[in-house]
Amino acid sequence: MTAEIARADVSKPEAARPGAAKPGSARRRRKRREALLGYLMVAPSLILFVIFVFYPFLRNFYLGLYRTPPFPGLPKQWAGLTQFREVLTSHDFLNSLKVTLLFVLFTVPPGIVLGLLLAVLAHQRLRGIGFFRTVFSSTVATSVAVASVIFFTLLNPQVGLFTYWLGRQDQPSILDSSHALLAVSAVTVWQNLGLSFILMSAGLQAVPDDLLEAAMVDGAGTWSRFRNVILPLLSPTIFFSIVVGSILAFSAFGQIDLLTGGGPLKKTNVLVFATYDAVFRESNEGKAAVYAIALFAITMLLTVVQLRLLERKVSYER
Amino acid sequence: MMGQVVFEGVTKRYGDVAAVANLDLEIEDREFLVLLGPSGCGKSTALRMVAGLDEPTEGTIRIGDRVVNDVEPKDRDMAMVFQSYALYPHMTAQQNIDFPLKSRKVPKAERVRLVKEAADVLGLTDLLDRKPGQMSGGQRQRVALARAIVRRPEAFLMDEPLSNLDAKLRIQTRTELIELQRRLETTVVYVTHDQVEAMTMGQRIAIMKDGVLQQVAPPLEVYARPANLFVAGFIGTPPMNTLHGTPRVEDDTMVIETSTGRIPLPPHHRAAVEAAGSTEVVVGVRPEQIELSDDGPLPARVSVVEALGYEVHLICRLVDGQPVTVRLPRDHPIPAEGSNVTLATAIDHLHLFDAQTGARIGS
Repeated sequence: MTAEIARADVSKPEAARPGAAKPGSARRRRKRREALLGYLMVAPSLILFVIFVFYPFLRNFYLGLYRTPPFPGLPKQWAGLTQFREVLTSHDFLNSLKVTLLFVLFTVPPGIVLGLLLAVLAHQRLRGIGFFRTVFSSTVATSVAVASVIFFTLLNPQVGLFTYWLGRQDQPSILDSSHALLAVSAVTVWQNLGLSFILMSAGLQAVPDDLLEAAMVDGAGTWSRFRNVILPLLSPTIFFSIVVGSILAFSAFGQIDLLTGGGPLKKTNVLVFATYDAVFRESNEGKAAVYAIALFAITMLLTVVQLRLLERKVSYER
Repeated sequence: MMGQVVFEGVTKRYGDVAAVANLDLEIEDREFLVLLGPSGCGKSTALRMVAGLDEPTEGTIRIGDRVVNDVEPKDRDMAMVFQSYALYPHMTAQQNIDFPLKSRKVPKAERVRLVKEAADVLGLTDLLDRKPGQMSGGQRQRVALARAIVRRPEAFLMDEPLSNLDAKLRIQTRTELIELQRRLETTVVYVTHDQVEAMTMGQRIAIMKDGVLQQVAPPLEVYARPANLFVAGFIGTPPMNTLHGTPRVEDDTMVIETSTGRIPLPPHHRAAVEAAGSTEVVVGVRPEQIELSDDGPLPARVSVVEALGYEVHLICRLVDGQPVTVRLPRDHPIPAEGSNVTLATAIDHLHLFDAQTGARIGS
């Protein structure tokens, strides 16, 4: 190493050396080497994304343009946009869309309100409040499958505790009734409550104490402090929860699959489940592709609308 | 006596720590009282107890004729200015100033008038549509003040309201605050750790240390007759010079024997020292009350000369190395660094403190 440096020191200026590279090119070469290293480092995740996200995403559009043959082995038939029109105007699709929107409505607002309520309760400076914080946030550690199994048992027509409380013994399970969507929504709200609680708690903790004290001295009661100080300062958190909650609700699958299988009479047949159904029960790839594209478009549209509309009412001032 | 605030034996404990210990203090109606002390001395806690943001562990707090221990902050008719200003970031200046009125359900027309009035007083009329994030520190500070004065409360509580301003603005706002208080004729309780603010703003200063009130008196009184060593050292820049010594009677006069020389005491001081029964004392002299003389009792060497333009500070070393600061007027001849001088002071200018308790000896 030392020898190398010494040699470099005594060497003539580069330009004077015969056949030496121009001064700029060394830097260019180093830059290229660094860029190459950069690409090498992002390559693993890029490859995974290409294989599992970008390729399927584009392939989906291709699938949507071809009608799946009634029997495997027959050639696919070009359908173009006709298939899109047929599927998107079908009764099944419109039903799934309605069910999905209802599911979002039943899960997102109640989830946020309950999360906020628990966060406000747990924000009190009381002895042992840490225990409640742990309990309130515990559902984040619960998987959809576990939550579904727990509630499946609680709602069991013979042995379920909730069935007993609701006075529905000797009747079919609520999961087979016209209230199935409500039941599934309730499970989802419960399962997402931990996340909602943690988000709202973090938001509450970011509200400075002296603002609340100033409001107290200014004559604001508990409700006024909540309404005029806490809520506006919490609005970025609430907004974030609405966007994330909606995206989560649009992509709900596990609890539907485990609890109702889309039934009864497709009353809980949300878009993701309908897509799954189209592939694995009907073996209709073309239809499923159109469903998936529609779901993507709706989620995208809704997120953009939320960003545009709600963000204007959000106060990011600190 | 609407705006009178009285602490009676007030103690605030956090666990085993007493943030405020047995505080007795009467703040008169329309008085500008400054609570002064280093950080953690309990001054903010005392203020927060007046506001109702903290509850006293023991004792009573009265506002006017009313015991307010169990009265909610919103029902106390106080206004508070916080160090951080605590403006509502999502509201405009107008809405911020209006908030105390709105909370108290003042009729709309009245509110508009009062907000305009407060904004006029503080020169905020052009800024009313701005949010705090779009204002400078000084402007925010004025909005916080406007929010406090808009309701004409019985008393203003101010918790270091100037400490987030830059030096120049702080001096300007200091004057404005004094003018404002004189104009509104309202009680102000003002918390600060800055002795200059305390000296210039307070009609009386209450100095606290470790939760204990040390002295309450007008600024000049505190300066001239500090109640103990802590106050003597805290008030005054540069601080009072101190020398430890032992009182001894020689030839019927009392002298204080220090490591660098002997200081004779006049008879009234002797009586006071004997009455206090002090065996060790601390002698204090303000830097401006030391003279350079040819035959003073304390020989010293000039170590550093700090010329400030309007005056000069000499940091001298006594024979045993102890520093003594001497403050000279600008036009006084200045000895060179390293030169030898002797220091003297008029006997009237000596402050005596008990070395054990720190308490002032004599009047």
